[in-house]
Amino acid sequence: MVIKEIQEEIVEEFSMFDDWMQRYEYMIDLGKSLPLINEQYKTDDNIIKGCQSKVWVHAELAEDKLVFTADSDAIITKGIIAILIRAFSNQKPQDIIDADTAFIDEIGLKEHLSPTRANGLVSMIKQLKLYAVAYQTQLN
Amino acid sequence: MIDVAKIRKDFPILSREVNGKPLVYLDNAATSQTPTPVIDVIVDYYSKYNANIHRGVHTLSQEATDAYEQARAKVQHHFNIAKAQEVILTSGTTHSINIVASGFTSLLEKGDELLVSAMEHHSNIVPWQMLCERTGAVLKVIPMNEQGELDMGLYRELLSDSTRLVFCNHISNALGTINPIEEIIQEAHEVGAAVLVDGAQAAPHIKADMQQLDVDFYTVSAHKICGPTGVGMLYGKEEWLGKLPPYQGGGEMIAEVTFEKTTYADLPHKFEAGTPNICGGIAFGAALDYINAIGLTNIAAYENDLLAYATAELLKIEGLKIYGTSENKTSVISFNIEGMHPYDIGSILDKLGVAVRTGHHCAQPIMDFYKIPGTVRASFSFYNTKEEVDVLVACVKRARNMLA
Repeated sequence: MVIKEIQEEIVEEFSMFDDWMQRYEYMIDLGKSLPLINEQYKTDDNIIKGCQSKVWVHAELAEDKLVFTADSDAIITKGIIAILIRAFSNQKPQDIIDADTAFIDEIGLKEHLSPTRANGLVSMIKQLKLYAVAYQTQLN
Repeated sequence: MIDVAKIRKDFPILSREVNGKPLVYLDNAATSQTPTPVIDVIVDYYSKYNANIHRGVHTLSQEATDAYEQARAKVQHHFNIAKAQEVILTSGTTHSINIVASGFTSLLEKGDELLVSAMEHHSNIVPWQMLCERTGAVLKVIPMNEQGELDMGLYRELLSDSTRLVFCNHISNALGTINPIEEIIQEAHEVGAAVLVDGAQAAPHIKADMQQLDVDFYTVSAHKICGPTGVGMLYGKEEWLGKLPPYQGGGEMIAEVTFEKTTYADLPHKFEAGTPNICGGIAFGAALDYINAIGLTNIAAYENDLLAYATAELLKIEGLKIYGTSENKTSVISFNIEGMHPYDIGSILDKLGVAVRTGHHCAQPIMDFYKIPGTVRASFSFYNTKEEVDVLVACVKRARNMLA
């Protein structure tokens, strides 16, 4: 699936929730269920700065696609990462670079998008895109 | 006694909703809310006599100057400061500390020692580290114990003839501990060291008497004590303020300027370069009036009751641990729940209308001491109620259930 389709799928899933409680519970479940990253990649170099919780992101190329793995010490943050990984991982770097992030707003996580929020969702997206730019350069 | 129902009517913000729930504001250690009498002073200033001060001959300027200097007098009396020129109005505690740290550059030599308490806010650590980089002075740390109290025995061992300065907060923002500053000041003076006490957290709870404490420097932020942001106090003994060079150059702080040489104004203006936060200063005075009308003794008694109640109720929650358990503490509860990240708890509390602080509270060394990433901090003011404590406890339980 292309990024746009995955995002639409996520938006549709979230539209079934009536209130924030259900959304948060879903994100907490996502956060708990996902095996996200190989322990060896949880290094200081892979920490995204600007988050109140610790977030590690690792990226590697599998053929022409970029695969992200990540983790956080906070569950809600981990849930948010899980959503981001679903939307952006296993995609071509150029598609990741070009991808829109408006779906975050549509699934009711707009408050996490403000650049001044301490949770660093913006930093996370920026980091994913930076990896994509780096690997795209490598592919070229 | 405090009539909390009546007091709450003075704070319009307390009746708003957050995420569809009544606001429960428990982040008072970060900033306090502003009562109507203080808001009125701000509106009044901009509506009636907004003007630059100390220079204008016109009526508005004189009215504004009078009001600003009256505010300085209120600050002076509130903290029982001997002379008006010892009251420097600053932008807040951070600014106040930086004035002193910068000023000591020319007074220190390589190898001089500075003592800092282990429970300081970054604003009372970093300016001194920068001072050490400039001068070659050495920063040493007064350790604390598991309860979050300073080790006074080790403090005494650290004090020596080389000690030039000691700095410590009156009350810890992250733990609520009230430090024994009387002893700290007295013992520092015995070796000839000066003491700066960061009173940012203490001002809303304790009436600090500068003459009785015999402290050399004391700093306050107005916004922690029902005043506006961007204004605060640096108290300094005249003899010390006289020795320190100006922090910033500009208007207001000069006596005479030629391109060959400038002479500086007398205290307090020497440290008040540029147009100050005039409205903020006047409102700071109004905030002290408001607090004094209720009485800090009454406020402290009421908050201690809230603290005891909240502590007992929160500790009933399984896995909840409180950091900062000194018997001498103010109404700050820093806590974590086993296996849960403070950020997760804080995020859910926010959704339920409860405002708390999460994170390291600008005191990373304390978090490193306890080996935790941060805490959830609920801090109570005299306008909070037991019912709000009940809401907090219920919401923490709900967050715990969601995250378990």
